[in-house]
Amino acid sequence: MSPLREIVFTINGAPRRASVPLDMTALALIRDVLGFTGTKYGCGEGECGSCTILVDGASVNACLMFAVDCDGRDLTTIEGMAVTPLGERLRDAFVAHGAVQCGFCTPGIVMQAASLLAHDPHPTREAIVRGIEGNLCRCTGYVKIVDAIAAAAVGEP
Amino acid sequence: MATVIEKRSLIGQKIAKLDAPDKASGRTRYLHDLDLPGQLHAKILRSSRVHARIINIDTSRARALPGVHAVLTAADVPYQRPLGIVAKDHLPLKTDKVRSLRDEIAAVAADTVEIAEQALALIDVEYEDLPIVADVHTALALGAPAVHANHPDNVTTTWDYAQGDVAHGEAESDVVIEDTFRLHYVTHCCMGVSGIIADFDALGNLTLWSNTQVPFLHKREFAQLLDIDPARIRIIQPPIGGGFGSKLDIYPFEPIAIFLAKATRRPVKLVFTREEEFIASPTRQPVVLTLRSGAKKDGTLTFRSVETLHDNGAYTSWGASTPFVMMQTVSSLYRVPHCKYHTTVVYTNNPYAGSFRGYGNLQGTFAVESHMDRLAETLGIDPLEFRLKNAQRPGETTPQGLHFRTCGLQECLRTAAERSDYQRRHREYAARQADPSPVKRGVGIASMLHVGGGAKIYPSDGCGTILKIDDFAQVTLMTGASEIGQGSETVLAQLVCEELGLPLTSVKVVNNDTDITPWDVGVHASRTTFIAGNSAIGAARKAKAKIFAAAEKVTGVAAGELDLRAGQIVEAQSGRVLMALDKLVRSLHFSDKAELVMTTHYYEPPSKHQDKAFKGDVSAAYAWATQVVEVEVDTDTGIVRTLKVTAAHDVGRVLNRLGIEGQIEGGIVMGQGYATTEELIVDRGVIRNPAFRDYKLVTAPEVPEIDIHFIETMDGEGPQGAKGVGEAPAICMAAATANAIYNATGVRIRELPFTPEKVYRALHAPRPPASDAAGTAMQAPA
Repeated sequence: MSPLREIVFTINGAPRRASVPLDMTALALIRDVLGFTGTKYGCGEGECGSCTILVDGASVNACLMFAVDCDGRDLTTIEGMAVTPLGERLRDAFVAHGAVQCGFCTPGIVMQAASLLAHDPHPTREAIVRGIEGNLCRCTGYVKIVDAIAAAAVGEP
Repeated sequence: MATVIEKRSLIGQKIAKLDAPDKASGRTRYLHDLDLPGQLHAKILRSSRVHARIINIDTSRARALPGVHAVLTAADVPYQRPLGIVAKDHLPLKTDKVRSLRDEIAAVAADTVEIAEQALALIDVEYEDLPIVADVHTALALGAPAVHANHPDNVTTTWDYAQGDVAHGEAESDVVIEDTFRLHYVTHCCMGVSGIIADFDALGNLTLWSNTQVPFLHKREFAQLLDIDPARIRIIQPPIGGGFGSKLDIYPFEPIAIFLAKATRRPVKLVFTREEEFIASPTRQPVVLTLRSGAKKDGTLTFRSVETLHDNGAYTSWGASTPFVMMQTVSSLYRVPHCKYHTTVVYTNNPYAGSFRGYGNLQGTFAVESHMDRLAETLGIDPLEFRLKNAQRPGETTPQGLHFRTCGLQECLRTAAERSDYQRRHREYAARQADPSPVKRGVGIASMLHVGGGAKIYPSDGCGTILKIDDFAQVTLMTGASEIGQGSETVLAQLVCEELGLPLTSVKVVNNDTDITPWDVGVHASRTTFIAGNSAIGAARKAKAKIFAAAEKVTGVAAGELDLRAGQIVEAQSGRVLMALDKLVRSLHFSDKAELVMTTHYYEPPSKHQDKAFKGDVSAAYAWATQVVEVEVDTDTGIVRTLKVTAAHDVGRVLNRLGIEGQIEGGIVMGQGYATTEELIVDRGVIRNPAFRDYKLVTAPEVPEIDIHFIETMDGEGPQGAKGVGEAPAICMAAATANAIYNATGVRIRELPFTPEKVYRALHAPRPPASDAAGTAMQAPA
């Protein structure tokens, strides 16, 4: 067993302390230790974007980050994002535009979209498409996802 | 003044998916997110050899590892029985021999995934390598090693279909062409990886949390596998992270998890890694297909003759039965009097194929529609006119026995061509092939035929519904049909609301527990909207009749003159509100003759089983589509960019506009991946690219402009006139893209996918036939 290390961090606005093995990923910390299962395992290699979270406001694949590197950081998962005005806007737009099918990739894409809109509140369609190019979706063909993010950007559901 | 409510229809509206808000908030709990108290975690040891005898398995070190609760090999489960569709040819845990790299040798249940993985590394397996049967040609060669001793010739099975007399058809042909097409391995890539949780109660009753698309069939099959009473098995389906046909068969990991649960008397959860998902879940059926076609000078098709080799891999699943669908496209997409179809399914040491959206039709359509362009050019006829001349029409019964009560093919062809300006572009792009610019443009057209009203494969192709209306006029719809993300839950609720005049917030759908829901054959063959939709409508109409009969007594207005609108019972003609629905329901069971509004309905489509010669009307309705693809080909790099797809689909009728657009867009992009980017590289039984890094799914920047047109033929048997559409949009893309690349470059590529390397090589290879217009000169199979 890998040695443990004590870390202190904030997740979805609440301070937390955890004792984590050195080889644990942030994804395992979030899902298996903290129970925030909205963050999904899709590939474990940073290729699909299903585990996208915000770390100090930047979007990160949680599967590529070590849990110990969460020390002193501010993490936001889909559960935290979903109760913010931006998260609600994105949720309503994803629902209204049919951007959700099986939904497995959706939390990661909502997180990526939130990061995109935080940095570029009025993105062009091209910027949205580029913004989510690291997120795989097998169901939708992405068209309605892009529609939803564009609508959320202008404050429409 | 009495309140009046106008009649308002939900059909054709944009209806948001009922499960979308939770999914977009991270609240939906998929199988991966569930944990039971006391649960153990399982991992499977797979073969490190492609073809080998197992000499010895030593699990003693693994068993001794703290935290390990069970280590099983075949020797520990003498009761296990073989799996397989078409042929029962593989045990979940392999005994004396491994036949592919995915083969399951041992399994561990432990306190954590990490301990289970450590235990796998402590299992010692001694192999004796056997010669590898790497492809269908090797497998069929004289003296080839047998993958299965009871199939010494490596032939799993064969399929034959014939109509008319192809020799006669060939004799009356003015042109005859022949080509061999090679269709590759791709895999489903569901974003949620495979998994299962198995748990026995104190009495030995088994509960499975499973992602299956066919819970009721699997209840029976698991019972046979485990030799227990099917009544003791309950299957619960948590929300499923993608299906696409991958979950139609039982795979070894499922019984293995059950064996471990049985051995440990603890709940056991088994979830794949992504690498495992690539290696040990099914693929689309790879095919080598030789097609010979003929036509008369006037453009009339005369015959088609097909020979295919299906690489079955080491074991048999649904892939081996894809000829069932391929032959329908060969015989019935266009009018062809004489057809012959033959498939040899061949064992190799490769991965095995399951069912995958479109089910053999992507492969068959690629060949048939590539040939339609070749024949058209050879005859000097415009490809659209050539297709229109031979296209099926409504009312036709084909020689195979498929009967088209509705058929929008002609309209699909015309609409897709007009909206994409196909004919003008096709002429202009062909004329520009010789321009000096290395970047060329092309358009290609292809059509498809697919079942759209179920497919009668099992004794029943039906679906049951239980519907109840509670005291608050809240409807619970219990349906056998599974939601796999495609939106069936929402469309079924919508159909019920349409009948009962209720808003969508008034319906809850229960669709994931075999202890509660009535029987359904499963989510496959684009059947759910059609079959489960008709079943839901039937139950709703019975409820409505019951409500009207009761309301007649209360209101004095004849049942035949009543309607339900916005939760109220109204006079149909005037819309005048008579009483609230919830009040009526309450009055029913608080009355002396207490009653509930609870109805059941079972819908069985009027389709028929095909006979042994594969003749018969297998579906209650057929879906049609034409897609025009415009591409840009960089001849310096071989890069093909898909610019635009114009899709015309005969969907019967649009029910949920949002849902159907999503299905079509997603299907088109999946078809685009099949055509241009995706390939599971199998090299002598070894999968070389089991990761998204190397297996290239289409990403957002590569998605073309998609222009969708609905052809509403209002099918008389369909729910509100609708037909199934789930598979249709993926089917034409490869063929239309091949035709577009030819239009751009004058080079015909007969092998998928159109990766830059393949396209570059084809463009820069010596070019014997300079065009598709090969005349009667036949090209030998490659």
